[in-house]
Amino acid sequence: MAKKNRVKDLSFSQRIYIVEIVKGLALTFKNMLKPKFTMEYPEVKFDPPASYRGRPVLAMEDNGQERCVACGLCSRVCPALAIEVRAAETENEKERYPEKFEINMLRCIFCGFCEEVCPEEAILMSKDYELAFTNRQDGLYGKDKLLTPVSRLQDRINFIRQFK
Amino acid sequence: MSMLEVIIISLVKILVIATLMLLTVSYLVYFERKIAAWAQNRIGPNRVGPAGIFQPFADVLKLLLKEDIVPEAANKPLHTLAPIIALFVAFSTFAVLPIGPSFSLFGKQIPFVVADVNIGILYVLALTSLGVYAITFSGWSSGSKYSLLGGIRSSAQMISYEISMGFSVAGVILLAQSLRPVAIVEAQSGWMWNIILQPIGFITFLVSAFAETNRLPFDLPEAEPELVGGYHTEYSSMKFAAFFLSEYANMIISSALIVTLYLGGWQIPYLETLHLSAGLTVALQIVAFIAKLVFMLFFFIWVRWSIPRFRYDQLMNIGWKVMFPLSLLNLLWVALLGMIF
Repeated sequence: MAKKNRVKDLSFSQRIYIVEIVKGLALTFKNMLKPKFTMEYPEVKFDPPASYRGRPVLAMEDNGQERCVACGLCSRVCPALAIEVRAAETENEKERYPEKFEINMLRCIFCGFCEEVCPEEAILMSKDYELAFTNRQDGLYGKDKLLTPVSRLQDRINFIRQFK
Repeated sequence: MSMLEVIIISLVKILVIATLMLLTVSYLVYFERKIAAWAQNRIGPNRVGPAGIFQPFADVLKLLLKEDIVPEAANKPLHTLAPIIALFVAFSTFAVLPIGPSFSLFGKQIPFVVADVNIGILYVLALTSLGVYAITFSGWSSGSKYSLLGGIRSSAQMISYEISMGFSVAGVILLAQSLRPVAIVEAQSGWMWNIILQPIGFITFLVSAFAETNRLPFDLPEAEPELVGGYHTEYSSMKFAAFFLSEYANMIISSALIVTLYLGGWQIPYLETLHLSAGLTVALQIVAFIAKLVFMLFFFIWVRWSIPRFRYDQLMNIGWKVMFPLSLLNLLWVALLGMIF
């Protein structure tokens, strides 16, 4: 095996380490005095930017009417097969609404495809990131948990109108 | 002094030193985590009590409640003996290190050291070498390859660095002309600190002390990425805590030893020119010792979060080819100093 000849261009002061070690110590000491980045979570909560993909929710107009027309595109595009939509007809002609809309949060991977594919801006990624539940049944988010007033999602709607 | 008085005074001193050691060790762990956090722009433990000051007690309580597991392949007597040796060595070494000068109380001269023995430095060197057994035993008796590798590494490392450590200490002894720690401190009055008189010896001793205590950058015996946990991989519960405690106690002893040998112990230069009362002088000197000790402990932690670990061959290279000749050179320098003055 050929012997490797590595060229080390270290000066004398670098080779006796001491100066370099002092430099390193000075650097870490400077960092000790710098302001801290830590966000103390339960007391201080992270306010995500509009681009944040949190829990997917269904938009609800101010008069309590849901935007979703139960086309099923979100369910079709979902790579994790997390969305289940069952359509029913409204009193209006040719209009449908989701009788059952369920997102399995155990399966959701927060890819945002459902939001991207939605023709009605009905399913949107919210800023909600606190999604702990203690049993598997609680992981199934029905319409009761998903419907969110549009006013609270305005940030995201503006964002997707600008960048989608 | 009668025998009874000697025993009572010694017992009180032992109690005070042991309690202080345990408290300092637990808070050292806390400050290690805090300083680590600060160096990385984090806050560090702050949940248990105000600013997290009860964190060490929570940790100890947790360790006490853990299950004590002894591996099937372990040699059980040695497996149990190893942490005991580690703790014993760590806590008995402080006995000879003086915290302050002697003071008179009720008409008696009481030195601020548990045992003012005239071979104190030899005692320290002997006991710290005994500490290698704890690590070697634990590595060998665990019946695990990671522990064994850690144990072997540490025995090789500690034996290598003991030589340069011994030669550095020889320089100090040559100047003080005594093995008594108290006499060594007294020889460094004023600005005659050994760090100024023999800086090379200070550096070799400091580096050897880092290697002896298995602290980064020489923590190869417990190098996490390579050896899981090193020699204490197979330990749990209070046995693990014993190793943990002894590691930090060794840090305190090394710092106290550096302060005693090189930083003038309790000495404050030009203190006698202020003409303070005897009691105040002693108090100030004890504070000076503690301040120096705290600085050294901070330095130990500070270095840990600044310098990466050495490779094993680099460690041996530095130990034998750099530190050993340097400590010999220092001995020569001290001998010259002794001849001139």
